[in-house]
Amino acid sequence: MYRIRFHGRGGQGIKTASRILGSAFFAEGFETQDAPLYGAERRGAPIYATVRAARTPIVERGPLRRPDLVVVADETLLVAAVAGVLAGVAAHTVLLVCTATSAQVWKERLRFEGPVLALPAQTDATADARFLGAICAGGAARLVGAISRSSLEHALAQELAGLEQSDRHASVERALAAWDRMSSHAGLVRDQEGTPDEELASPAWIDLAAEPTPSSEAAILVPATSVQVRTGLWRTMRPVIDEELCHRCSWICSTFCPDGAVLVDAEHRPSIDYDHCKGCLVCVAVCPRHAIRALPERDAQSAESAS
Amino acid sequence: MTRLLMTGNAAAAWGARLADVDYVPAFPITPQTEIVETLEHWREAGEIQTRVVMMESEHSAVAAAGAAALTGVRVFTATSSQGLLYAMEMLYTVAGWRAPFVLVNVSRGIAAPITLEPDHQDVLAARDSGFLQIHCASVQEVLDAVLLAHRWSEHPTVRLPVIVNLDGFHLSFTREPVEVPDAQAVSRFLPPFDPGDASFRASKPVSRAVAVLGGGPYSYFRYQMHRASEAALAVHETIAVEFQRACGRRWDLVEVYRAEDAEIVFFLTGSYATKARDAVDHLRAVGIAAGLVRPRVLRPYPREAIRAALRGKRGVVVLDQNLSMGQGGVLHTELAAALYGWPGAPKVLASFVGGLGGRDVVLEEFREMAHETLRAAEEGRESPRRLLYTAQELREVRKLQGIALAEREDMAKEGM
Repeated sequence: MYRIRFHGRGGQGIKTASRILGSAFFAEGFETQDAPLYGAERRGAPIYATVRAARTPIVERGPLRRPDLVVVADETLLVAAVAGVLAGVAAHTVLLVCTATSAQVWKERLRFEGPVLALPAQTDATADARFLGAICAGGAARLVGAISRSSLEHALAQELAGLEQSDRHASVERALAAWDRMSSHAGLVRDQEGTPDEELASPAWIDLAAEPTPSSEAAILVPATSVQVRTGLWRTMRPVIDEELCHRCSWICSTFCPDGAVLVDAEHRPSIDYDHCKGCLVCVAVCPRHAIRALPERDAQSAESAS
Repeated sequence: MTRLLMTGNAAAAWGARLADVDYVPAFPITPQTEIVETLEHWREAGEIQTRVVMMESEHSAVAAAGAAALTGVRVFTATSSQGLLYAMEMLYTVAGWRAPFVLVNVSRGIAAPITLEPDHQDVLAARDSGFLQIHCASVQEVLDAVLLAHRWSEHPTVRLPVIVNLDGFHLSFTREPVEVPDAQAVSRFLPPFDPGDASFRASKPVSRAVAVLGGGPYSYFRYQMHRASEAALAVHETIAVEFQRACGRRWDLVEVYRAEDAEIVFFLTGSYATKARDAVDHLRAVGIAAGLVRPRVLRPYPREAIRAALRGKRGVVVLDQNLSMGQGGVLHTELAAALYGWPGAPKVLASFVGGLGGRDVVLEEFREMAHETLRAAEEGRESPRRLLYTAQELREVRKLQGIALAEREDMAKEGM
């Protein structure tokens, strides 16, 4: 069975990627199962989707124990533990990343045992975010080696039927380009048997005893704990204040920010709390001086790590 | 017959479409919403002639469904979790009206604490309502069950509403290959609803669901529902044969997988049963004679079919994705009642509660449940009872408690 997992953020087409790959496998005559896994739907929050494909009916369900291929649409997730990108990876697992960095850098940075491959991240993240799913699916389809270009095309036509024609064409073009780009690695991802019995650990079950309330209630008794939820992780675009242009009216951006993530100091100088800014860019839209720019988060992070 | 990839929600909608339902009163709730959205989308595109109405609540949706069914039209609705609970008063009521229609429940754990992920607490809360219940394990089964359920519900011997249950996420949002029967085959199996005398005409007023005073009439009408439900077992066997003839697939009251010669049997409902199949194959490969017995129909309770499948087994691993507080798993309790005092009863009936609120149950755990149950049988010990819960999961909860309760403990220390 092939076991493939796509990672990305809500809005990047990760569910679509899993459906394109699932339909492509299905067109090749495989039994297929594809499923998105997420909590409360949120744009920008890490999500993942799985694809299983085999020649016999599939009875496995839920998270993949040991993926054969992990595809990452957004490289910023690779360093976010909460995204669980590396969960269950084994020596044979192939990692495919949409990245502006090289595959070798990621291989070393993550100490990733198996092969790491890169699809070039596009320069304009806003424009390309909506094609990411198709790009990831195209690359993945080539790596498994069992999917023809025409089956991929068939799957793209089927799964992207709801898009505007120009977007659909752009998606198909990018997906096929990703397929071509991975041609020298075709068949690198191999289907695997199930886990052998001797490799299964015994579950560390415990007996759950009664505990007193309030600790056994689902209640939060401490104020302002939501501060500890780093919603900044959801951000795909980062607002950046230009100190030169900002004339410190300060109340407009801070008032309109729906998350209270624009802080103002005693000198009326606004600053953005990047731990909690979700990147909605309302501040960019409302600033009368146009003193706030939007940068792709990926570029902002690589600039930070370079400096 | 066309084979397509589709989600459980799409399969439920396809079932309603092929059943040519007349009326769909509903109220949106995750993870069900897609079903009614899909039907409304088809209606808008002119592909179906169904009347789809958004009601102000699930309580109203079920009331409307029951009332419409009594006028002689074919009715379908869908809900989940809190929605099913909110409709609970009407579930009991419309079953008492003997209103035949189909309600798809997309299982989701119930509050509190609130969750979006699946378990079977919601559908089992409706267990005593009079609705018949079909529990699905695959997307294909969802489509087929909706067709079977309409036929079953409308059968003159039965005339009770039916819940078709599918697990949120694991079936609702998961795509699997589905053979869509052609409309002609379906219409042979499921002709238009013939309500007989039970239809309603404006020119011919009738009173349905009247009040009764005194336990005699009340007991009579309530026990008639019970008898109709029991009689539905035999009806199901008949329609299962007819469905197979029309559409090629056979759905019995109980699914039995490699259990004939098994020593140890998994017993559970819903989509995790396919994981149990995987575990059965895994255990068989290492020499353990495992099998699976899955009740598809839980109301009426298929006692004889279950007994036949479990006769003489050394142990049964019951996995409950539900929890009756202060008692334990519902499937376990009911199975014990079905087997008590019967000479063929398995020696050990182990009770595991797991998969609450979408918690995964992994292959290791199926293997360990089988081993623990077999050990109990060999050593003559009492049947195991436990929650599937690991030390790691408790550590995660401790972290959350550290955040949620920290300051309160600080305050207590300071004597505030």
